[in-house]
Amino acid sequence: MAKGQVQDLCTYLDSYLRNQKNIYIYVLFRSRSLFITGLMIGFMSLQYFLDSDLPKSHEEDARQGDQLEHKGSVNLTSPTNSSQTTRILCWIMTGPKNMVSRTKHIKETWAKRCHIVLYMSSVRTDFPTVKLNVSEGREHLYWKTIRAFEYIYKEHLDNADWFLKADDDTYVIVENLLYMLSNLDPEKPLFLGRRFQPFIRQGYMSGGAGYVLSKEALRRFMKGFATGACTHFSSIEDMALGKCMETMKVEPVDTRDVKARQTFHPCPPELHLARQFQKNPWYLDYEYYPPIQGPGCCSDFAVSFHYIYAVQLYALEYLAYHLRPYGYKYRFLSRENKYFNGTTKQLPLGPCPSVLEKDTQLPVEAGNPAE
Amino acid sequence: MKSKIGARVGSRRPIKMWSEGGSFVKGVALGGVFYLLLSLLGSFSPNAKSGSEDLHQHHHVQAQSNDNLKQLSESQTQELKDQVRVYCVIMVQPKILVYWAAAVGTWSKHCDKAVFYTSESSKALEAVDLQERDGWARLCKALKHAYENAGDLRWFFVAQPMTFAIIENLKYLLLTKDPSEPFYMGNALKSGELEYVAYESGIVLSYEALKRFVGVLDDKNKCPIRVNRLWKLSEDKQLAMCLKYTGVFAENGEDAHGMGLFNGKSLDALIKESMKNNPKNVVEGCCSDFAVTFNGMTPNQMQVMMYGVYRLRPYGHDFHDLLMFDPPEGSDND
Repeated sequence: MAKGQVQDLCTYLDSYLRNQKNIYIYVLFRSRSLFITGLMIGFMSLQYFLDSDLPKSHEEDARQGDQLEHKGSVNLTSPTNSSQTTRILCWIMTGPKNMVSRTKHIKETWAKRCHIVLYMSSVRTDFPTVKLNVSEGREHLYWKTIRAFEYIYKEHLDNADWFLKADDDTYVIVENLLYMLSNLDPEKPLFLGRRFQPFIRQGYMSGGAGYVLSKEALRRFMKGFATGACTHFSSIEDMALGKCMETMKVEPVDTRDVKARQTFHPCPPELHLARQFQKNPWYLDYEYYPPIQGPGCCSDFAVSFHYIYAVQLYALEYLAYHLRPYGYKYRFLSRENKYFNGTTKQLPLGPCPSVLEKDTQLPVEAGNPAE
Repeated sequence: MKSKIGARVGSRRPIKMWSEGGSFVKGVALGGVFYLLLSLLGSFSPNAKSGSEDLHQHHHVQAQSNDNLKQLSESQTQELKDQVRVYCVIMVQPKILVYWAAAVGTWSKHCDKAVFYTSESSKALEAVDLQERDGWARLCKALKHAYENAGDLRWFFVAQPMTFAIIENLKYLLLTKDPSEPFYMGNALKSGELEYVAYESGIVLSYEALKRFVGVLDDKNKCPIRVNRLWKLSEDKQLAMCLKYTGVFAENGEDAHGMGLFNGKSLDALIKESMKNNPKNVVEGCCSDFAVTFNGMTPNQMQVMMYGVYRLRPYGHDFHDLLMFDPPEGSDND
C-alpha cells in the first residue's frame, strides 16, 4: 500500500470509528428514549383501556337528556302509524312591546322544541316575527288569531300535524304535549287545551293556557270563515274560537291524565298547588271539569302554565329539565300506564258551578275516576 | 476499499434499527406490567382510610360519578344506601309558624329523621323545646341533642326555617364518604383566616365531626356556649372555630362540574343573577342539576319546589341512577 493510501485509510478508519462511537452513543440514546417512550405508552394505554370500558357518567346521562330536548323532531310511536313523527307548529301571539321583556326568553327556552315556531306580531322584524294585518290591543286579539291561522294555513298546512297557539307569557313543556298528541289522529277534527265553560255548550279552551288544533280542525276553521259559518262576533279570542269549533263540529279532548289531573293550566303553578285560598280564585268558576286545588291540580306531565314571565320561565325550565332528585323513584311512572285520558266523550253539563251559582255543592261525577 | 467498508456499515444499520425497535417493544411491555402491578396493589385497599388525625388536604368535596359506583356490587350499593341516612336538625321559631309548617309538609319528609328545635314551644307543632333565646346556645344544644339521639344515623344536616333541601341529592353527595371521618361541609366561605360553612345554605356534619364538636363544647377556652357580646361571632363562624380546634375544616360541596350545591338564596334570586351574568345560558349558569339547598323560600314557593323537583318532568327523559330512593309514605305532594 502506498503511504498516502494508508494515511487515507487511517484517517478514514479514525473518522469511521469516531462515527461509530457517535452512532453508538446516538443509537444508545435513541434506544433508551425509545424504551422510556415505550414504557410510558404501555402504562398509559393499559390505564386507558382498563378504566374506560365503563359506560357514561351521570353528567353525560344528563347531557344526553339535554340533547334529546334539542332535537328538532321526536320519534314517538302512535297507534295509527308507528313510523310517523308527530310534528307540531307553535305560534306565539306577541307584539312589539313584549319582544324584549317576554318573547326573547320564550325563544331561549321552550320554543326551540317545536318543529316550527312562528312569532305573530303586527310588525315584521328580524327576531323573526311575522307581520299580520292587525293592530295591537285586546280588542284585536281574535282578528290576530284569525289572521295568524290564515297565514299558517296558507304557508304551513303540510309542514305540521298539530298547531299550538300560545301567549307570550305561556310556558309549554313540548315533550309532554307531543306524547299526548302521539295517541291522537291529526286527520280527525280535534282541539285540546284547558277546557272552560259556560258560554259554549261543549266548552272552549283557555287562550292563556295554550290550545292545539289538529290539521283537520284547522281546515274546518278556515272553511268556517270562508263559508260565513264562523264570524268575528266577539273579540274574546278563546271563547269566539271555541264557538267556531263547535259550529264546525270539532271535538274538544279531555286532556286530563289518568288520575284526573290537568295538563294545561291557566295560572302559574303556585296558584294551582296552594291547598286552599281565603277566596276562590277566578278560574274555578270557569272550570268544565270538577276543579281540584292543591297537589292534585296538576299532572306530573303538565303541558302548560300561564302568566309566566322571564324569571319564572327560566325557573320552570330549570325545575322541569335540569334540577332532579338523584335516584328518586317517581310515584307516577309514565312507562307502566298510559298517563293520558284522551277521551272526547261529551260529559253532561251541571257538575261545575256556573258563574251565577257559586255556592252550589259539587256532586260526584260518575264518569270521573275517584282518587 | 472505502466503498466496501461503507457497504458493510450500511448493512449493519437494519440490524441496529431492529434492536432499537426491540427496546421500544420492551418499553411498552414493561410499562403495561408496571401499570397492572400498581392497579393490583391499589385494589387491596378500596377504602383508603387516612388516619383520623390527618387534616383534609382538599377542601372541595364532589359527588361521585356513576363510573366509580358501577364498580360496586349490589350488596355494596345497598350497604351504602343504608349508611347514608340523614338526621335533619331544623331550627324553627314560633313567631314564623308558617315556615315551620311548610318545612313539616314539604322537604323534611325526605329526611330519615327530622327533628325540629325551637326557642320556645308552640301548641301547634311538635318540636324539641330548647328554652333558649340565644342563637348560638340554641345551635349548641340542638347539635348536642342530635348527637345523643342519633341512633344509627351517621349524617347530620342543619337547616334554618326558610331553607329548602333536596335530601336525595345530599345523599348522592355523601354516598361513598365515610361518616367515621370528620366531614363538615356546605357552602364554604372565608372570613379572614377562618373558613366556615354558611348557615343559611345548610350545614352537613358527619358523625365523627359532630362527636368532636360535642367533645370540645363548653370548653371555656376553645368553644364556650356563653360568649361575651363584644366577642360574638355569627353562629356559623363560631361553629367553624370550635371545629377547627378539633382538627375539622370546612369543605365546599360541589357537583362534578365544580358548581356549588348549597345555595343561600332563593331560586328566583339566583335566576335573576344568572340573567344578568349569563344571558345566553341562564339556566345552566344558575344552578346545579343536583342542587341540595336553596334559602329564602316562602311556603308557597316550597310547594312549587316539591312539585317541580319530585313530579314535574318532560316525558321521555329517563335516567339510570344506580341507587333508588323510595318516595315517603303518606305524602301527596311528591
